[in-house]
Amino acid sequence: MASTLGTASPQRASRTSRWAGPGLIAPFAIFYVIFLVGPLIYTFIAGFFNGSLLKTGMGDWVGFTNYGDVLADSEFWRTLGHTLWFTVLTTIPLVLMALVLAILADRFVRGRWFIRFAFFAPYVIPSAAISLIFLWGILADQTGPAFEVVQWFGITPPSWLGDPNWAMYSIAGVTVWWTLGFNFVLYIAALQEIPRDVHEASAIDGAGPWQRIRHIVVPMLARTTVLVVVLQIVASLKVFDQIYMITGGGPDGSTRPTLQLIVDTGFTDGRTGYASVVSLFLFLVILAFSLVWFAVARRNQKES
Amino acid sequence: MTSLTDGATTVTAPATDTPAAVPDRRIDSEKLFNRVALGVLIAFALLWLIPLVYAVLISVRPTSEVLADPSSWFTSNPTFDAYDSLFDKGNILYWYANSFITSALTTVITVVAASMAAFALSQVRFRFRQGVNMLLLAGIMIPMQVLMIPQFLTLESAGLLNTYWGVVLPQVPNVVAVFVFKTFFDGIPRELIEAARADGAGWLRTYWQIVMPISRPAVSAVTIFVFVHVWNNFLWPLLVVTDPEMMTLPVGLNSVQDAFGVPLPQLMASAVLGAIPLLVVFALFQRRIVSGIAGMGLK
Repeated sequence: MASTLGTASPQRASRTSRWAGPGLIAPFAIFYVIFLVGPLIYTFIAGFFNGSLLKTGMGDWVGFTNYGDVLADSEFWRTLGHTLWFTVLTTIPLVLMALVLAILADRFVRGRWFIRFAFFAPYVIPSAAISLIFLWGILADQTGPAFEVVQWFGITPPSWLGDPNWAMYSIAGVTVWWTLGFNFVLYIAALQEIPRDVHEASAIDGAGPWQRIRHIVVPMLARTTVLVVVLQIVASLKVFDQIYMITGGGPDGSTRPTLQLIVDTGFTDGRTGYASVVSLFLFLVILAFSLVWFAVARRNQKES
Repeated sequence: MTSLTDGATTVTAPATDTPAAVPDRRIDSEKLFNRVALGVLIAFALLWLIPLVYAVLISVRPTSEVLADPSSWFTSNPTFDAYDSLFDKGNILYWYANSFITSALTTVITVVAASMAAFALSQVRFRFRQGVNMLLLAGIMIPMQVLMIPQFLTLESAGLLNTYWGVVLPQVPNVVAVFVFKTFFDGIPRELIEAARADGAGWLRTYWQIVMPISRPAVSAVTIFVFVHVWNNFLWPLLVVTDPEMMTLPVGLNSVQDAFGVPLPQLMASAVLGAIPLLVVFALFQRRIVSGIAGMGLK
């Protein structure tokens, strides 16, 4: 093929070509197999054994016992419920707010640096720093700014993180603040690819700004929106950091996500078989959504 | 912020030439819309900055003042005592170094391994290329977080817990990086590769001396994305690193609040110190970082 075209020594070129492809892929493939494919197979197999972190080896074969235990464990369903509820609570505002703010920001040329900095800055801050600011500062009982502001309106604020009815909403709010910039930037990038004359043509046609946004800009962002929604759902399903550090899954386990159940049962209790089955179920939930991402990535690759 | 001017004025400009086509009402609604849009944007941008400003302000308040009046934001006697005592405890300098070393190592290895694989998938023809391509692409659906137990056991048996390699190695197979490179390489003209091959350059040399030097945009996108990702990763280093001097910045920061009775200014100061490195980098290279991150998400 390409390698034999105009080459001085075709034999040499085709021979290197035969090994060049696999050879160049090998370094990445080795990491891929050791740290992704292998562990995935292990997770699948370990679910059938009663392994422990404390002793070497897989443990004893227990058939579907772990599966039965997990499915009968109300705490598994509860954490899965928290994870899904968190995903709903974060995905909706994170997509809608990013869309609206990006469309508004796209109308302005100067000052863009400031707007982008304000929204994107929290995203590059480690979750640990975010957690410190909100747990001990912004959301603190009695003394935190969020408490004070609500009190100005003559309402007695709840304990944002101590009240089981409020903790998940508080965590979702922190997450929206923290990660909005990522979706905002994806939308800004997509908006910049819409040609200016699309706006101008419709403005001359007499369409007002609101109609232009609704009937022209938002439909043109449909593909980006699919991607943003999928990436957001996948990211939200993997929630751990901010919950672990801010509420520790509490109060009364009311914010504990599935990933924390895996860490607690797998690493704290050392029950690798049980934790593997929970991992596999969480993987299947994430897979359902990332299949859409896969399809989008494949289509993009074919088009380019 | 008052210097914000609307790009949309250029849009309505032609309207003044043809008043019949666009009534004044339209121009008014355009202006009104822009004002509202600007107001909403600035309000949200300021709201978004409040938590950061708050952390900085509290971090320079003297502890005695915070105890006396915990809800105030301001002080007339700003002090760096909180920062001093954090540096005196010593570990934060290790955390900076550890985060930098692990992030840089992961980034370098990922850039090299992923670009080599992408080059082969894009330019070299070999058996099973399509199959390998699909197999790798499928990897974007595997979240590292559900594989922690086997990854941990692998590193434990290799004796790599509490080492840099323990933090670095599992984060190398970043499939998205391969596909950012592949998309870029697919756009390189075939003639360029064929000319290099005709000159007798082997595939490895073609990759390293011809393709990589013209692939700066892809390299910088992957570098930024991987570096930020590894720098901010919390869960994985939390599991593999327990030695305080080997902790990365996020894990170290988390250990600050585990100590009982740490004064608020110190907690905020540690948050500020945790935020500063990437914030500074971001402020300096905003354009590149934003387009890099956007590219990683979209391709």
